[in-house]
Amino acid sequence: MATLALSRPATTAPRTITRATGESRALRWTLISIALAFLALTLVLPLVLVFTEALAKGLTTYLGAIREPDALSAAKLTLLIASIAVPVNLIFGVSAAWCISKFTFPGKNLLITLIDLPFAVSPVISGMIFVLLFGAHSWFGPWLQDHDIKIIFAVPGMVLATTFVTAPFIARELIPLMQEQGTEEEEAAIVLGAGGWQTFWRVTLPNIKWGLLYGLILCNARAMGEFGAVSVVSGHIRGVTNTLPLHVEILYNEYAFAASFAVASVLTLLALVTLALKTLVEWQQRRATTDLAEDDSPLERTAA
Amino acid sequence: MRRTSRSVLPGFGLSLGITCTYLSLMVLLPLATIFARTTELSWPTFWATVTNPRVVASYRVTFGASLVAALVNTVFGLLVAWVLVRYRFPGRRLVDAMVDLPFALPTAVAGIALTTLYAPNGWIGSRLDPLGIKVSYTWLGITVALIFIGLPFVVRTVQPVLDDLEVEVEEAAASLGARRWQTFTRVVFPTVAPALLTGFALAFARAVGEYGSVVFISGNMPMKTEIVPLLIITKLEQYDYPGATAVALVMLVVSFVLLLTINLLQWAARRRMAI
Repeated sequence: MATLALSRPATTAPRTITRATGESRALRWTLISIALAFLALTLVLPLVLVFTEALAKGLTTYLGAIREPDALSAAKLTLLIASIAVPVNLIFGVSAAWCISKFTFPGKNLLITLIDLPFAVSPVISGMIFVLLFGAHSWFGPWLQDHDIKIIFAVPGMVLATTFVTAPFIARELIPLMQEQGTEEEEAAIVLGAGGWQTFWRVTLPNIKWGLLYGLILCNARAMGEFGAVSVVSGHIRGVTNTLPLHVEILYNEYAFAASFAVASVLTLLALVTLALKTLVEWQQRRATTDLAEDDSPLERTAA
Repeated sequence: MRRTSRSVLPGFGLSLGITCTYLSLMVLLPLATIFARTTELSWPTFWATVTNPRVVASYRVTFGASLVAALVNTVFGLLVAWVLVRYRFPGRRLVDAMVDLPFALPTAVAGIALTTLYAPNGWIGSRLDPLGIKVSYTWLGITVALIFIGLPFVVRTVQPVLDDLEVEVEEAAASLGARRWQTFTRVVFPTVAPALLTGFALAFARAVGEYGSVVFISGNMPMKTEIVPLLIITKLEQYDYPGATAVALVMLVVSFVLLLTINLLQWAARRRMAI
């Protein structure tokens, strides 16, 4: 406020300020138009195309492609994989964020970097490492074969690959958030006699709920949409080891374009719902932090 | 350990235990197999595998297309971030939310949509075809797919920095007689540059490993439009595990170097901000 009060008398009119630090109307609208045209071309057009192609052969074909048994089993497998990978990474994410944000210990930065590793690895390599571990020509291969356990080209391998790929999502969302929040509130709870779990549920969880939800949404979207890693470990057996993205590929390669885009449109809807939820959470988060800031100010005033 | 025991908060052992066990079993052990399996190859065999003409051609395709796509993303990412932060126009919030679409859309869906769009009979392809420009099933198509995939990385790293940029600094530049363009190149751009570089590196790193959105549009011609991730899959399908592992190791090392660079860039940017 002080800087504003000082700068105002120095210049003649407020309008000159905006002109000095802003672009002319023409340039502004040119830049906006170029940016929007670029986004329309790269983002919106593919989106529109998916739905147009999906409905190109009529609604009956569309519904038929979605209700087909192979598509339904692919949808079921996609849900199954996500329902395992997401909770596992939720436990990992909360544990990692808890020890990294609430305690100091040597090697912390290394740990944060290691958590990021799956993001840096190509999806193809993410799938391949499990083939090297559990495939027929691997170290564990013969033992697994003797005991009739199938991991690669079967559902367990797909779960493993998806879990690997989605591992960092929740941890990465929570670590900076919890680091910022510090340890004071939890320490107060413990000092007042609350147990460890009680502190977590009553103090920590309400503080991180939006960040947690944000991470969950992104993790789930990736788990359901993962293609490269799952493709390597899947046996591509229709109705058995096909997820929705793999089903899209098979239909496309069979030149069943309308059916392929119909299934793709379901995944696109999932992506749009993900984006909507994500935006909603972001707004809630922003509102929560501004509420917090407003709550803080009277306290600070009384303290002063 | 003595320092940690001073904390009154419980759960350090449990949470660190879960984290380290999970990371070791789920992430480090599987990744280590690539290094371990490569040692089964003799050095000359390894070298011959990773410098095979077809493999070298795939490096050229992957790194070339990734570089061009990341550069395009840097230019347009900065523009989009600038427009979203600085200007108010109808639908701005919707556009802002849409920028994350490539994160949320399964790559296979992006792949078939872009291929159809840019095919010779597609909405865009049919307009470019008379001009002699072929996109789908060419090197250009790979680049288009990688531009789609990498865009949010640049926008989302530059946006917060632009948001934090104080108007006072620009006012000072203007009051000292700088023209708007001078203010941008001498004041705004240097502040944004580290974030822009980070965004470029993130987009490039993602593009190098990308598979789903590229396989459909690339045409997969060996020596011409074959990307490294596809070559690895081809080798795996032929049960050429040593070959696949050797190429994967090269890519893994490149990815780690990129990850390290990105972390250093972000660390340097944070230090600059702190000062």
